[in-house]
Amino acid sequence: MEIILSVIIGLLYSAGIYLMLRRSLIKLVIGLVLLGNGVNLLIFLMGGLVKGRPPIISATAENIGLIYADPVPQALILTAIVISFGLQSFAIVLIKRAYIVVGTDDLDKMHSTEEEDD
Amino acid sequence: MIENLIIIPVLFQLLLAITLLFFFRKIKTQKVISISGSIVAVVIAAFLFHQVYDEGILTMQAGNWQPPFGITFVADAFSTTMVLLASISSLAVTAFSSVTIKKARLRFGYFPSLHFLIMGLNGAFLTGDIFNLYVWFEVIIISSFVFITLGGKKVQLEGAVKYFTLNFLASILFLTAIAVLYGLTGSLNMADLAGKIKQINNQGLVQVTAILFLVGFGIKSAIFPLYFWLPDSYHTPQAAISAVFAGLLTKVGIYALLRTFSLIFVPDDFIKTLIVIIAGLTLISGALGAMVQTNMRKMFSYLIVCHIGYIIGGLGMFTTAALAGAIFYLIHDIIVKTNLFLVGGIVFKITGETHMKKMGGIYSAYPGLSLLMAIPLFSLVGVPPLSGFWPKIDLMQEAFFSGNYFLSGCIIFGSFITLLVIIRFWSEAFWKKNEQKELKPHVKYYGTMPASQKLFLVGPILLLSLVSLYIGLGAENIIRLSDQIAAELMDTSVYIEAVLGTSHTIDTP
Repeated sequence: MEIILSVIIGLLYSAGIYLMLRRSLIKLVIGLVLLGNGVNLLIFLMGGLVKGRPPIISATAENIGLIYADPVPQALILTAIVISFGLQSFAIVLIKRAYIVVGTDDLDKMHSTEEEDD
Repeated sequence: MIENLIIIPVLFQLLLAITLLFFFRKIKTQKVISISGSIVAVVIAAFLFHQVYDEGILTMQAGNWQPPFGITFVADAFSTTMVLLASISSLAVTAFSSVTIKKARLRFGYFPSLHFLIMGLNGAFLTGDIFNLYVWFEVIIISSFVFITLGGKKVQLEGAVKYFTLNFLASILFLTAIAVLYGLTGSLNMADLAGKIKQINNQGLVQVTAILFLVGFGIKSAIFPLYFWLPDSYHTPQAAISAVFAGLLTKVGIYALLRTFSLIFVPDDFIKTLIVIIAGLTLISGALGAMVQTNMRKMFSYLIVCHIGYIIGGLGMFTTAALAGAIFYLIHDIIVKTNLFLVGGIVFKITGETHMKKMGGIYSAYPGLSLLMAIPLFSLVGVPPLSGFWPKIDLMQEAFFSGNYFLSGCIIFGSFITLLVIIRFWSEAFWKKNEQKELKPHVKYYGTMPASQKLFLVGPILLLSLVSLYIGLGAENIIRLSDQIAAELMDTSVYIEAVLGTSHTIDTP
């Protein structure tokens, strides 16, 4: 299971970075989404995979006993998902607005910040 | 109960921002609440600083979860100094923006976002938990996205795309580093990590994680090969916003670098050399970038990059004296960079230009104001006895004695180019004769403003200049403070004991 997940994470990272290097704005955002998902899976994997053991210890248990799932990575992923969801929706609105105002979705044509204007 | 004081700077800004949301369309009320709130925030920060300076490190465990399981907030001398400086800068910026930002922009939640931003900064400075630091970073960048796009001009949106992408990438790298670190140690508490990281057998992986943190924070603080987004986006928003970005946003990245690389990853020779080289190249490339710019605000943006090099250089040498110099420079830089962009704003209001060649005649028209603006400009260069002079001595001396001749050369080079650039700016904008030209209709000129508005333009610059003068002339006190902070960064056992308690002290192998 770990191997499959590692391969998937590697694919997500590489695809994300590849898409970020393209010139199209849409591909840039898709790349960011893939990277965001890749890092969430990485946290999940690094927390250690435990099958079928909920992260709950009964109130009467005297010791932890069996290995149980670590709840912390799940909390971290939840936070990270919410944050990246917010950022991604902002990114979509931003590129839509930038496309309307600038009139292109080619990053190489967005160079008015380098011009000696005003 | 005193430990709950730590969280007050964060909660107070949250309260301010929420209160402001209730007055969303009432700009006048927002201005009053925002400025008076910022004054209270300075008082709170000063009180917290005083408390920590006198009585040592304060810690607070959120929800009373015992460390290292819960989120810890830690107020040591370093973090409270940063909170105090951030509150002073934000006070100046709120006053300045109340007259310079256009009404249409203020109507779209300018002030609430500003206070959310300051809340994020305070949180980032005060937290003792690495994942919580990530969350505060996100709070900061989400608020900064509002600022960088507010107004929606073409150049702003293009700048925003670059700013967004690089900041998102930095967050991803930071989060990746946290994931690997958690996998290695099973902990997120920075004090706890400090002990656990030394017990890991696979130090190679620790090194990789350290580099991930270096790149993630490096993008945010604009160090050498990672700074290209900064001069492309910082000049697009309004002066007051650029001032917050310049003074505080890049510095929170530096703070995080100093914190993680002193507490969690104590730099070995490889990382030290790497950071020193990066610092030198940051100084050179920032200085050369500033030299070729004719747009005032772009030139200032390159100066931000250039001066990051001094602080990083201090970290790279990693001795108490070098760190003290870096901390002193950081203290000086926050105030003076905020002020620099406010000065840029006022120069624009007077001349209606951001292009240096088209400016002129400010000195003959406003001699008193020009002298006031000379204080931040020449503090930046480090003309003795102004504030930039003292930390440079420290850094220079340390670089020379520790044999980092490359870095000492770069420090001299950076200082000279800064001097050259500022002198050129001074002679172009202030001393050159003004050519008669038509007034632009959409610019509200300084000369036509009523006295009450002028007060809000000059007041913040005066406030920050006085702080700068105090840092320069009262350098004795600041040196004592930065020495104490540097000593705490070098010997982290005090911090670790304060967070985990003496019983948890982990002996280092």
